[in-house]
Amino acid sequence: MSGIIIIGAGQAAGQAAASLRQEGYEGTITLIGDESFAPYQRPPLSKQYLSGELSIDRVYIRPAKFYEDRNIDLQSGVRVTSIDRQNKTISTDNGQTLAYQKLLICTGSRPRELNIPGSDLPGIHYLRRLDDVDRIRDDMASANSICIIGGGYIGLEVAAVAVTAGLSVNILEMESRILQRVTNEQMSAFYHRLHTDRGVNIHTSTACTGFKGDARVNSVLCQDQTIAADMVIVGIGILPNIELAQQAGLECDNGILVDDHCRTSDPDIFSAGDCTNHPNPILGRRLRLESVPNAMEQARTSAANMLGGDKTYAAVPWFWSDQYELKLQMVGFSSDGDTAVLRGDPEALQFATFYLKDGKVVAVDAVNSPKEFMVAKRLYGMQVNADSLADSAIDLKSLIS
Amino acid sequence: MAGVKFIEHNGTEHNVDGIIGESLMNIALANLVPGIDADCGGECSCATCHVLVDDAWAGKLPEITESESSMLDLNPDREVNSRLSCQIPFSEELDGITIQLPEFQY
Ligand SMILES: Cc1cc2nc3c(=O)[nH]c(=O)nc-3n(C[C@H](O)[C@H](O)[C@H](O)COP(=O)(O)OP(=O)(O)OC[C@H]3O[C@@H](n4cnc5c(N)ncnc54)[C@H](O)[C@@H]3O)c2cc1C
Ligand code: FES
Repeated sequence: MSGIIIIGAGQAAGQAAASLRQEGYEGTITLIGDESFAPYQRPPLSKQYLSGELSIDRVYIRPAKFYEDRNIDLQSGVRVTSIDRQNKTISTDNGQTLAYQKLLICTGSRPRELNIPGSDLPGIHYLRRLDDVDRIRDDMASANSICIIGGGYIGLEVAAVAVTAGLSVNILEMESRILQRVTNEQMSAFYHRLHTDRGVNIHTSTACTGFKGDARVNSVLCQDQTIAADMVIVGIGILPNIELAQQAGLECDNGILVDDHCRTSDPDIFSAGDCTNHPNPILGRRLRLESVPNAMEQARTSAANMLGGDKTYAAVPWFWSDQYELKLQMVGFSSDGDTAVLRGDPEALQFATFYLKDGKVVAVDAVNSPKEFMVAKRLYGMQVNADSLADSAIDLKSLIS
Repeated sequence: MAGVKFIEHNGTEHNVDGIIGESLMNIALANLVPGIDADCGGECSCATCHVLVDDAWAGKLPEITESESSMLDLNPDREVNSRLSCQIPFSEELDGITIQLPEFQY
């Protein structure tokens, strides 16, 4: 019997399956993922799961029994190898051909690989999957030093966990500052200092050119020096998993192209999560996002629309990152702003930078400032008085009309 | 065990088993109770797991932290008994608790 097939069993896929049942759909749901686990959360992989604070049961989004109880056919460890749009079937690497009425592609993304001399030596890791972390934790238990290639959020989160665990930590960043792709100079400088104060060595404008070692990696080469490292984590960005969609002839351009209802160029095929390039009516442009809230909301949108609903995806992007005792919460894109307004005190490790464009709030980076984060969600796109925003004595509530 | 009673905004009741140590948010998710989004997965980062706790149980809850309270502060639906359900682990003491769900999560 053909029903709904979901490709991938990650954050978006798991939410979509749950949403379909929540919406009252009683037909067949087949969830096919190539990892050997039920859908789980990725954020803890570079945070509390890496540090050992969170046990594996807490990483799963729902208990394995949930899928059984709700009659969701979860096939773990199975890879979808092709989509036949003409016959409305998919094929898997364990020999199945399954028919669908509606298909949802939630294939997510994968780490961008570094192809330089020595990059296949043991001890060099990427961080995307649960089993990556298990290998990383094993290595960390015996390592004295770690080198992190890439100063993005994942790299910095790993650095925080590693230095706290007592390892000597080096970060190599090719650009002139860490977090360059995602935040402004002041925020980069703040995080640079935070990590330096805790003992992390950050090398900016430094490209990694190779790795050395015999049985496993023991050092990292960059332009002018050799850095000793018992292990390496590479975090230099991701690539969306679009090959399956491409081979099936679906339109792709830096992601699988979907409309604001999460529909692809085939009316029976939807897509959600990291792999999509989608329009955002609030920002007025197309984008590809790597974030849980995006995966969850697109999953809900797809589920509703696969069942004949009319749900539009229109949410202001937001993201978070935990480093040491600091919680960073972000709304929108700081690069959309023309003016930055600081509220609070960076020295006290509690502040928020609001970004305005033509006097309207377009983004916030809030450090240990949940209230500022929540207010930015409400104030998004609204005209505000920059002086009031900067004055911590003025209650934020008074800014919401 | 009496477990947890979730009441949706439209009055629909969900009586589900409690699991000691598991957050009310996770219990709701595992039982497909609508009305809780939980976008951050329980990190106290999103405030989309807002619930209203029946007054009779207020005294038995873990104290609200400053960050939880700040996350709720600007919520237009906030009441005195508002909490983030990911911050409340189920315990024997909470057996039989009644939880109201708001109409929207922000
Ligand atoms: C270490 C780390 C930390 C992060 N921290 C944060 C954070 O703090 N906040 C935040 O918002 N976001 C964070 N993210 C990003 C977030 O996890 C992703 O945006 C989210 O997981 C995307 O969900 P998804 O369902 O699109 O993809 P995924 O969760 O990646 O799921 C896709 C699944 O599909 C599988 N798959 C792919 N192709 C096939 C195929 N052909 N057949 C079968 N299965 C297939 C993949 O193996 C994978 O299991 C983090 C990511 C990582 C890796
Ligand atoms: S789940 Fe995000 S704050 Fe509770």
